[in-house]
Amino acid sequence: MLRVSGLSKVFGGLRAVDDASLQVDQGRIVALIGPNGAGKTTLFACIAGFQPINAGRVQFLGRDITGLPVHEIARAGMVRTFQITQPFAKLTVHENIAVGAYQKFPERHRAWEHARAIASQVGMEHMLEQPASELTVAGRKRLELARALATSPRLLLLDEVMAGLNPSEILEIIAIIRKIRDSGVTVLLIEHVMHAVMSLSDTIYVLSYGKIIAQGTPEEVVNNQAVVEAYLGRGSTLPQDDAKPGASHA
Amino acid sequence: MNSTLKPVPWKLHLAVLAVAIAFPFVFPSNFMVNFGVLALFYAFIGQSWNIAGGFAGQLSFGHVAFFGVGAYASTILQIRFGFSPWVGLPAAAIAGALVGGIIAVLSFRAGLKGSYFALITLAFAEVLRIIANSVDITGGGLGMLIPMKPGAANFQFAERTGFYFLILALAAGSVALAEWLRRSRFGAQLAAIRENEDSAKALGINVFNEKVKVMLLSGAIGGMGGCFFAQYFLYIDPLIVFGTDKSVEMLLVSMIGGAGTVYGPLVGAVLLALVSDGTRALTQIQGLSLALYGALLVVIIAYLPNGLIDLFGRWRKPARGKR
Repeated sequence: MLRVSGLSKVFGGLRAVDDASLQVDQGRIVALIGPNGAGKTTLFACIAGFQPINAGRVQFLGRDITGLPVHEIARAGMVRTFQITQPFAKLTVHENIAVGAYQKFPERHRAWEHARAIASQVGMEHMLEQPASELTVAGRKRLELARALATSPRLLLLDEVMAGLNPSEILEIIAIIRKIRDSGVTVLLIEHVMHAVMSLSDTIYVLSYGKIIAQGTPEEVVNNQAVVEAYLGRGSTLPQDDAKPGASHA
Repeated sequence: MNSTLKPVPWKLHLAVLAVAIAFPFVFPSNFMVNFGVLALFYAFIGQSWNIAGGFAGQLSFGHVAFFGVGAYASTILQIRFGFSPWVGLPAAAIAGALVGGIIAVLSFRAGLKGSYFALITLAFAEVLRIIANSVDITGGGLGMLIPMKPGAANFQFAERTGFYFLILALAAGSVALAEWLRRSRFGAQLAAIRENEDSAKALGINVFNEKVKVMLLSGAIGGMGGCFFAQYFLYIDPLIVFGTDKSVEMLLVSMIGGAGTVYGPLVGAVLLALVSDGTRALTQIQGLSLALYGALLVVIIAYLPNGLIDLFGRWRKPARGKR
């Protein structure tokens, strides 16, 4: 569904993303993890068209979308959320989601109905009339997700939708993401909450200093020497110890 | 609540329209009808600003550019080419839209936003004023005098009520447009752009196109306002129709009334007309009305940042609490 090949992004002298390749198959949940500053959000921005790239190609649904403007990529069915939430602050929850829904349904009543349905899908049906500016962090994260979901995307790019949430909120959002996947939407997510990544993902890519250093199933990645070193530093694991401890949090 | 996508109830529209229609019959004096014409005129050109600045968040300091271009388009057609001002009105709309489109394409292509956009619009208005001052077809600094030939066919009315109902129709049209923005997908996209362009893009909104479209609309309204002005006062010159004070008035009536609301410009315009007619009736001091209006603006921004219209909202729904 999504194929990124050899993508590089340079800021001045810094290679923020260095020859990164990844693939997301239809109906999967794929995670992109890595230490802070590894370039995950930059890679997201490049894939979704927010940043021009220096090298590489992005293919989506068999079509080359490299260099297309953001709104065209979004209309093609790939919609991102923002790590730092960007709500339409003065609009209500319902209106925020309706803006997304309007992209799918041009008529008012259908857009508003669809927005209401999406709101209950993410558990926001009680907050429809609240202004987005008055939401808690958890509420804003959900709104970010709902708004993207309302456009009826084929692929959702979720940038740390669990950051700043408490454990029970995280459990709720894990369930929501799983439901979204089950409804046929493919998901690519950036996440630091490792137990969520482990329980949700089919495939994990690990980014460190702009390079993809590992990929595989959750088990494969946890047991990967390079991954543990990327998180904890060289020498943190003894060869015979099989590298289990570090990778399950961070 | 300000700046939402909630429709205004039909009953309120009907009530406002009924009051506006009844006004010249209840107060038939020339002074009062003139007051009504001015209030509706400011509401109309204020709506031009409001659609771009209030609904779409594209703040401009140079909206008078559209106004002046409209005034000159219809007047030149009439004086130099003998067209009826009724042809001039749509021509003014087209001219205003054209200038709006050009400014929009140039500045949005270049990625100008916020105060940069405001300044570029100001610059355009000034350039147009200088052009109007220096070319022959506009009559230069002398301006253009429209001969008085009363008759509805000439867009001139012996009775002021004729002008009143004409500007009422235009203002009602602009209110209908604003109401449509609240209800439509286009309006929702504009609100999204106003609140957060990145998010709007991320959801698939073509931000550039929508912003150009709204400037076309806004320019068309401003242009028609210019045509009406020329026909009502029968004289235009560069300083009057391209003067920065008009840009400021267009912006002020919206901000004072409530930017991004359907009736904000009308509320602000009634207040502006009250202040300006009131001070003129009571004193001889030039410019006192604008000074007073400025003071009002300070008070309103401090206590009612969403405009006077918020007062009605609070009074209607005191239970909403906060904010």
